Amino acid sequence: MKQATAADLRTLAQDHPVFAVKEIVDKHIESKGAAIPILQEIQNVFGYISPELLRRAGEFSGIPVNELYSIVTFYAQFRMEPTGEHLIQVCHGTACHLAGAERITESIQFETKAGPGKTSDDGMFTMEKVACLGCCSLAPVLTIDEETYGKLSPEKVRKIIKDVRRKNPEHSASKGDNESA
Amino acid sequence: MHDKQYRVKVGLATCGIAGGAAKVYQILKDRLQESGIEVERTGCIGMCYNEPLVEVIEADGQSYLYGNLEPEDSLHIVDEHIEKGKPVRNLLVLGRSAETDDQTFLEKQRRILLKNCGHIDPEEIQSYIDADGYKGLRRALEQMTPESVIEEIKQSGLRGRGGAGFPTHLKWGLTRQADGAQKYIVCNADEGDPGAFMDRSVLEGDTHSVLEGMLIAGYAIGASIGYVYIRAEYPLAIRRLKIAIKQAEGKGLLGKNILGSNFSFELFIREGAGAFVCGEETALLMSIEGKRGMPRFRPPFPAQKGLFGCPTSINNVETFANVPRILHLGASAYNQLGTEESKGTKVFALAGKIRRGGLIEIPMGTTINEIVFDIGGGISTGKPFKAIQTGGPSGGCIPAELGDTPVDYESLKKIGAIMGSGGLLVMDEETCMVDVARYFLSFTREESCGKCTFCRAGTHQMLKILERITQGEGREEDVDLLIELAEKIKAGSLCGLGQTAPNPVLTTIKYFRNEYDAHVKEKYCPAKKCKALITYEIDPEACTGCTLCARNCPVDAISGMKKEAHVIDQSICISCGLCINSCKFDAVTVSSKPKQLV
Ligand SMILES: Cc1cc2nc3c(=O)[nH]c(=O)nc-3n(C[C@H](O)[C@H](O)[C@H](O)COP(=O)(O)O)c2cc1C
Ligand code: FES
Repeated sequence: MKQATAADLRTLAQDHPVFAVKEIVDKHIESKGAAIPILQEIQNVFGYISPELLRRAGEFSGIPVNELYSIVTFYAQFRMEPTGEHLIQVCHGTACHLAGAERITESIQFETKAGPGKTSDDGMFTMEKVACLGCCSLAPVLTIDEETYGKLSPEKVRKIIKDVRRKNPEHSASKGDNESA
Repeated sequence: MHDKQYRVKVGLATCGIAGGAAKVYQILKDRLQESGIEVERTGCIGMCYNEPLVEVIEADGQSYLYGNLEPEDSLHIVDEHIEKGKPVRNLLVLGRSAETDDQTFLEKQRRILLKNCGHIDPEEIQSYIDADGYKGLRRALEQMTPESVIEEIKQSGLRGRGGAGFPTHLKWGLTRQADGAQKYIVCNADEGDPGAFMDRSVLEGDTHSVLEGMLIAGYAIGASIGYVYIRAEYPLAIRRLKIAIKQAEGKGLLGKNILGSNFSFELFIREGAGAFVCGEETALLMSIEGKRGMPRFRPPFPAQKGLFGCPTSINNVETFANVPRILHLGASAYNQLGTEESKGTKVFALAGKIRRGGLIEIPMGTTINEIVFDIGGGISTGKPFKAIQTGGPSGGCIPAELGDTPVDYESLKKIGAIMGSGGLLVMDEETCMVDVARYFLSFTREESCGKCTFCRAGTHQMLKILERITQGEGREEDVDLLIELAEKIKAGSLCGLGQTAPNPVLTTIKYFRNEYDAHVKEKYCPAKKCKALITYEIDPEACTGCTLCARNCPVDAISGMKKEAHVIDQSICISCGLCINSCKFDAVTVSSKPKQLV
């Protein structure tokens, strides 16, 4: 039996979210300790885990929903709300802290209007603080949608955010757009 | 194979990619397509401070390492070096005629564990096999009994690299002797220390060495199933592990009857879900079982009752990666390195205020000063060296005065620190030690699983005290209170998280008491870091009125006319420091005057 890839599941999830959850559960349920891999894949496919998805996962897997819920709340990775279009993860590991992660966070907030753990009003950016991204020699570090940027300064942050915005012209921002590149 | 005049390799580990290596790789690939030179992919060579890195190897084996490349530099290297045979000297960091002093970065290192990192292609099993890969496994399966493998590990003196330094052969022996038909091997790749990346680099750069180590361990203890528990923040390492598993299966190195023996082994990957406490072995096992990762009381130890109730040996990534080297080199060669009690080498992730930050490997017993100055090239900011921190949130700060301390398990313990898993942060005069303690406590408070009251409430209490000290509201008795709480948390916690959480506070109090006193008594932050205790001002002489700072200020605290000196309104200023960063004329100054006194 061929296993559905994450891309297949994402397509399926658009029209038939319940079927997608069923597929995900079936894919993992045979292995021991399946609960976390199931939840990870649901998050990967849907972007977050809504109460409805959690209920379905419980129904198909036979794992009590309150058990699933306790897992989701225990692990920092799980999200119960959707993120904005772009997920910014700012490293607050030790090396990045020493190199001024706080300042980077502030400048991201300034540029995107998304505070730590929050999504900007235009739905474009969500900012999360995370522990070490494993590139400590390049501190301070952040990732946007899994792309890593190092040796940051507030200026560099501004440029990065501007580049991301430029790639999404329909969401053109109010600030900074009139500055010439 | 066709004869190639040049070989070109690009370091494509996460750090390299973050430094821009993927772009360089693509440009080189496009440019060299017609010449028939295949651009090779490799892991982290350790010089993270020089990323992106490109190595050009000439037909006679002479290697040239180029670093800090901009995309267009890579084209220049092709034009000059590959087409005309003239190395581009000003871009070289290593190799004949390089103008830098980077050679000293490598001279005091002994790269045994990292010998393949940055040299082989981690996504090609053959590349590993060509570098003596899987010879250790072959030796074990063809010439040794499981007991003699354990004996060899004992002779090597290998101790666990996950932090505590527990002798590996003991753990394996206990698991082997434990009753149970099903046994497990677990690789701890959770790498939770926020400031460490050794395990990531090894997994990304020399993936098969970890697999081989796990296989040998499986053979030694009689386990047929292994799990790698890896943090989800390492997508590249996860991808390479998956590739490695597939390729090893394809070569008969994983699966049934490995290398024709009657040893069979299966390997699974489990991704962590972002909980530091899951690096603790009993919590990790709970997490693989699909539960909340809560540590449990030991005994029984995992060796007796581990994963799914079965005997389990859980070891760190680096511990496993050492195993093939030991079996291949022989224990007697391996234990020549290091000190009496700490054998072999240790990999460190060198970061912080250091000129040459990266991945280093030293024989145990190398001193702190040798690491900071000879290998690391000294402090990046040019300010005096103040301290190092090892062991992350469980570890301690070691002051510069103790720089002659050899790095081995016992010596570090003696001075109140620990070896830890390999994070090594360098701090300079501008680092506030109270802030460092506060930082670690905020981390452990956040990550405490909440099971033990002392850990949960105690770390919260300690954090509150540290916060008020850094805010200039510390009280006379606060430092004593911290020490008292620290002792209670140590005694009243079940797992290592709580037992070690106070260490960063205790060591900073021990070695930097004067900084605590300055904060508490004089409301003064000597490092000028604590926001409430510093003031930003604009020097009217130096300010040109360019307005850049005013435009950058997130709270509009800066005012002034164009071409006239600007001023900061202290009642609005939040001390974020964006102005000092944006000023091109060094007109913004910071002084350690508490804000309310201005
Ligand atoms: C809170 C806490 C976090 C830990 N995190 C890790 C980790 O990220 N990686 C690791 O290898 N060991 C970690 N350990 C140590 C493990 O519990 C265990 O000792 C280690 O994996 C054993 O491997 P070794 O014998 O090869 O060192 C942690 C321990 C504690 C108490
Ligand atoms: S501390 Fe930020 S990448 Fe490690």
